Amino acid sequence: MSGDSELRTILGDQVNRLLADRVGKNDLESAEAGAPQDKLWASIEENGLPSVLVPEDRGGVGGGWDEAEVVIRAAGKYYAPVPLVESVLAGWLLSAAGLDMPLSMISIAPVRADEALTIQRDGDGYRVTGTATRVPWGRVVEHIAAFGHCDGEAYVALVPRAAWSVEQEDRNIASEPRDSLRFDGAALAAGALSGAVDPDHLFAFGALARASQIAGALESVLEQTVQYANDRTQFGKPIGKFQAVQQELARMAGEVAAAGAAVEAGSRAADRARQSQGGDAGFELAVAKIRASEAASIVAGITHQAHGAMGFTYEHTLHFATRRLWSWRAEFGSETYWAEGLGRSLAAKGALALWPGLVDRG
Amino acid sequence: MHSFRFEPAELPPETAAMRAEVREFLNDNLADYPSAMRARSWAGYDAEFSEKMGQAGFLGLTYPKEYGGHGRTAFERYVMLEEMLAAGAPVSAHWIADRQSGPLILNFGTEELKQRIVPAIARGEAFFCIGMSEPDSGSDLASIRTRATRTEGGWLINGTKVWTSGAHLVHYMIALVRTDPEAERKHDGMSQILIDLRNTDGISIRPIKNLAGEEHFNECVFEDAFVPDANLVGVEGEGWSQVMAELAFERSGPERYMSSYQLIFEMLNEVSKDTTAAGATAVGRLVAHLATLRSMSISVAAKLQAGEDPALDGSVVKELGTLFEQSIPVIAHQTLEREPSPDQGDDFGQALAYTTQAAPSFSLRGGTREIIRGIIARGLGLR
Repeated sequence: MSGDSELRTILGDQVNRLLADRVGKNDLESAEAGAPQDKLWASIEENGLPSVLVPEDRGGVGGGWDEAEVVIRAAGKYYAPVPLVESVLAGWLLSAAGLDMPLSMISIAPVRADEALTIQRDGDGYRVTGTATRVPWGRVVEHIAAFGHCDGEAYVALVPRAAWSVEQEDRNIASEPRDSLRFDGAALAAGALSGAVDPDHLFAFGALARASQIAGALESVLEQTVQYANDRTQFGKPIGKFQAVQQELARMAGEVAAAGAAVEAGSRAADRARQSQGGDAGFELAVAKIRASEAASIVAGITHQAHGAMGFTYEHTLHFATRRLWSWRAEFGSETYWAEGLGRSLAAKGALALWPGLVDRG
Repeated sequence: MHSFRFEPAELPPETAAMRAEVREFLNDNLADYPSAMRARSWAGYDAEFSEKMGQAGFLGLTYPKEYGGHGRTAFERYVMLEEMLAAGAPVSAHWIADRQSGPLILNFGTEELKQRIVPAIARGEAFFCIGMSEPDSGSDLASIRTRATRTEGGWLINGTKVWTSGAHLVHYMIALVRTDPEAERKHDGMSQILIDLRNTDGISIRPIKNLAGEEHFNECVFEDAFVPDANLVGVEGEGWSQVMAELAFERSGPERYMSSYQLIFEMLNEVSKDTTAAGATAVGRLVAHLATLRSMSISVAAKLQAGEDPALDGSVVKELGTLFEQSIPVIAHQTLEREPSPDQGDDFGQALAYTTQAAPSFSLRGGTREIIRGIIARGLGLR
């Protein structure tokens, strides 16, 4: 049984092979120390991965969210230390506004639910003003796909590096750059009314992306943990032979499976919404982030317990996964943020609408 | 290592008609059913309701038509089940028969047995219980001691089965018994045998009160109970592998995460009346889990329909489903400042009282959490 599209299968093979090959311990350590990852980025770009959501007639891969998910999940699984996921989101945002995606590292802003930028028309051009905090890879990227408002209209603008300044460099606990950027209102050529995307959408799809990255990192953690449990010997046998360890790893496998299922359901729902006029995947996107973020905490706890003191060192590679899990579970809204929003919308509809609403979604 | 991927599957269009039929049936037959009873979920027993379901064509849905079944798909059955569970319909009378005894007999039974029993199951007239556990054999099922000894024209059963839900009410038991005490390996020499509980001498059935004071499960003592040859289900000596196949099929269905649904419903009802951040967060989180389990369970149904082996995936659904079901009364308790009230309470208080007490059984029945995790660990390549 496989309902996977051919494109998804091809992309999946391609991205997994490329990242498995190109992202090693040394690369991750050098990226954490701030070294540019231009060679890795060049091969990612060569394979067209950042443009997975850009239509073919705009020079992109022409995939949907189900195809993007396989790319984003791999980015999470191999901890790709480049703005691949943000570039995929930027490609989607720009295309939705009818703008072309440049060939470069791109991020998006704002990424916080409580922040907004102002985008004003100015003659034939646009001006973006305001501050966005914790912008992923802000100091590294050459463009930002900015989302903002003016006079009740939503706009997307493509902002080149010259039009912002890094107000403060910051990072998440995985040492991925999360910087404050100030947009000073320089004149921009590329901008457009954003028809299809509103700020809630941007945040929700950011959440889906982080959930997919989490699902990828969880897969990697499960594989590593099983491997370690088979290799590490205590009391004369591999620790994986002890039922106490087996039970915990089985619990982990359940969480990994649930996160993966929630993310795939979210991506498919996003594609269904895109194909149907007025469709909305808000429910499934919230579910994906809630479920994946919750799994991230549980799995990180179990894997560290299984790895013992060795896994608590910088020398061991486990932290590349777990520090990302602890970061990503919080970015674009925690499980609590999304659960409250989901709960409020369910409460507004009432208990009798719960079951019919759930099954109507697919 | 097993992939543990639950590929999303969509319910095919023909399930919409089934869903509409079930809802109409529930509307006609269960409209005034109280919430406190709905909270019992698939532990609610009502033979008359089961018979009505049979008459309406909802039992034996996937069985072949020649045996009184309806030849429908696994997806249609899935939809029928989830609608019944969401309504908290009293489905326990026919539950075991419809879910596993019928398919077991269809898979392994003689033609005579199929003709005699399966149509009655589909009509909602033949109810079953499972004779597996014994006083000294719980998770270690292969250690069972109940014996079936050859005699003229059949077998004499001696031994004790325990935790047999519904044995005091239903018509038949399919028991796992030892037919060859000389077998070298303890997994060999076992067989499954159909026992007519209402028309056989030498059987005494004693209900065992559960912690809530209710009588669902029983101790069944067999003393030279005679069972005719024709009632052997499947191959003599193959009982173990038949039972393993039977158990695998009962682990992924919607009953593995819907047992506490009525309490989510009542919680949401309370949160709708007075929406606090804590209440909304709790309900939102539970529904996110529910939705995810449902997609995983439908993914397994798709594997079943495609003829693939869903045993390991089913165990994952059960592992996650029972954790979820058991978390619901705890979260309901922690979120809404209310006391569980079994008799005079409102709908929330009663559902909380019932589900709180029922919850420990969720990770015991159908394979304990420890056994299920052992199966998953094997899938991980650890054993």
